[in-house]
Amino acid sequence: MHLKKLQLYNFKNFGEINLELHPKINFFVGNNGVGKTNLMDAIYYLSFCKSFHNSFENNNIKHNEDFFAIHGTYDDINSQDNVLISCSLRSGSRKIFKFNKKEYQRLADHIGLIPLVIISPYDADLINLGSEFRRRYFDSVISQFDKLYLDDLVNYNRVLQQRNVLLKTMFEQHRFDGESLKIWDFQMSELGQRINQRRIKFLGNLKPIFQEYYNFLTNGKEKVEIEYESQANDKNYFEELIRNHEKDKFAQYSTFGVHKDDYIFKMNDFPIKRYGSQGQQKSFLIALKLAQFSHTQNISKTKPLLLLDDIFDKLDENRVLQIIALAGDGKLGQVFISDTHLDRIESLFAKLELSYSCFDIKNGNIIQLV
Amino acid sequence: MDNLSSKLLENAVMEFNRLQGVGKRSALRMVLNILNFSESEKESFIEAFRALKDDIHYCKICNNISDNEICPICANPKRNHAIICVVQDIRDIIAIENTRQFNGIYHVLGGIISPIDGIGPDDLNMYSLFEKAKAGVLEEIILALPTTIEGDTTNYFIYKNIEDCDLKITTIARGISIGDELEYADEVTLGRSLKDRIDFEQITVRS
Repeated sequence: MHLKKLQLYNFKNFGEINLELHPKINFFVGNNGVGKTNLMDAIYYLSFCKSFHNSFENNNIKHNEDFFAIHGTYDDINSQDNVLISCSLRSGSRKIFKFNKKEYQRLADHIGLIPLVIISPYDADLINLGSEFRRRYFDSVISQFDKLYLDDLVNYNRVLQQRNVLLKTMFEQHRFDGESLKIWDFQMSELGQRINQRRIKFLGNLKPIFQEYYNFLTNGKEKVEIEYESQANDKNYFEELIRNHEKDKFAQYSTFGVHKDDYIFKMNDFPIKRYGSQGQQKSFLIALKLAQFSHTQNISKTKPLLLLDDIFDKLDENRVLQIIALAGDGKLGQVFISDTHLDRIESLFAKLELSYSCFDIKNGNIIQLV
Repeated sequence: MDNLSSKLLENAVMEFNRLQGVGKRSALRMVLNILNFSESEKESFIEAFRALKDDIHYCKICNNISDNEICPICANPKRNHAIICVVQDIRDIIAIENTRQFNGIYHVLGGIISPIDGIGPDDLNMYSLFEKAKAGVLEEIILALPTTIEGDTTNYFIYKNIEDCDLKITTIARGISIGDELEYADEVTLGRSLKDRIDFEQITVRS
């Protein structure tokens, strides 16, 4: 599967753009602030029906314009060619998403059709920020192809919200009633246990692939590990909830459960956040994303699009070379790479005998160089 | 809207405005409409609400809204008083009665447990149901509450309080709707329907 043609109208800093893309490797070159990331975001948008980092939709419309539209033409989506995916948004109205000119009833029906993995400087948040970012990342990867898991998550959060309100109310009214709390514990333990099991299973599948990619990127210098940390591991969930009533009573919120889970990123048995160098952290994250790539490929039976945003910011030339070599070996599908320096890319490709396309981005205009 | 020519008009508008889903503009339109009624129409309009205030009953048995102390369903000797269907409110009774599939009687809770909305078991008509269950004359209690987190929690609360009683506790089936094409069913419903699949014999015997 690959993106053959991309058309943009008033998306972020672009006016009207028409691109014919290479089925394997595409480079976007330009100085900082010219819109390389925005171009990546447009491709991301067509897969996930939303921007990678801008959740306020109207901000995606170019200044002083009242709508934006993105059209992508794909080949080989479930062995169908020339599939047109369109998204448009008029300021103040709802987003319209179409498959071959027919509007989707639910956006959820589209997600998963065009699998995509993005590697970007924002990935560092996964190491640097709190546990909720890691939970959200892993949850989004699992739930993309497991709607029952997504339903469990939504229901779990609803129970959690109800239970927390109940704890707060009981505290304010100075009467603690364990029996009232217990009726929520039943559902919380059912859902929590399923979520716990699913997370264990997912990480179990992902970890060996992740470790293999890390070794590939670094020639096996360090031992890396992702640990799933959950209060629920190997515990009787329901009994633990009951046991924590006293603690919950004073905290006024639910202190036990999978909403407290974390994923610990480790290198040589120490947390990479404190003990890993910048370069090691970057390799760690890229290995994680490439493992996500393999996982997505296994489930969707197609090679996801891969977006490498500002890749040289993260890796030295040799490692980038290794990744692009993967594309040459047919291990990757269509790849999009952005960088600030044209010469860096040209010297890179002088070493590899691969065909590619290169686009120069300047002031909201795009010119195809190769 | 603040400069109505009549204080009486304004009062009436404010009263209608208290209703859910009725804004000030709609309220004014309704009041003007009533003002144009004939004298006898106005009388019967007012009488309907006076009667609602003074004469309405909540059935002593099932808590349904009724003209008498016992509602027509509970007073009907032809219905099976050993089977009770537990519902949220009168609208659910109307829906189930329209199916003509149920010949038992009802029990109206008046809501479901939801701390976010400030509703706990004590705010609902819960304990009289437990007494009925413990009296030992019931055969079955059917839980027909919404298939939401709050509905399930309420189901569980009821179950926990009567599980020792000698009667069958059931809940309405959940899954693919009748007449649905599978390809259009949402994944969650279809997934759960597969997980909770039923013996084919059960269906063939029934129909």
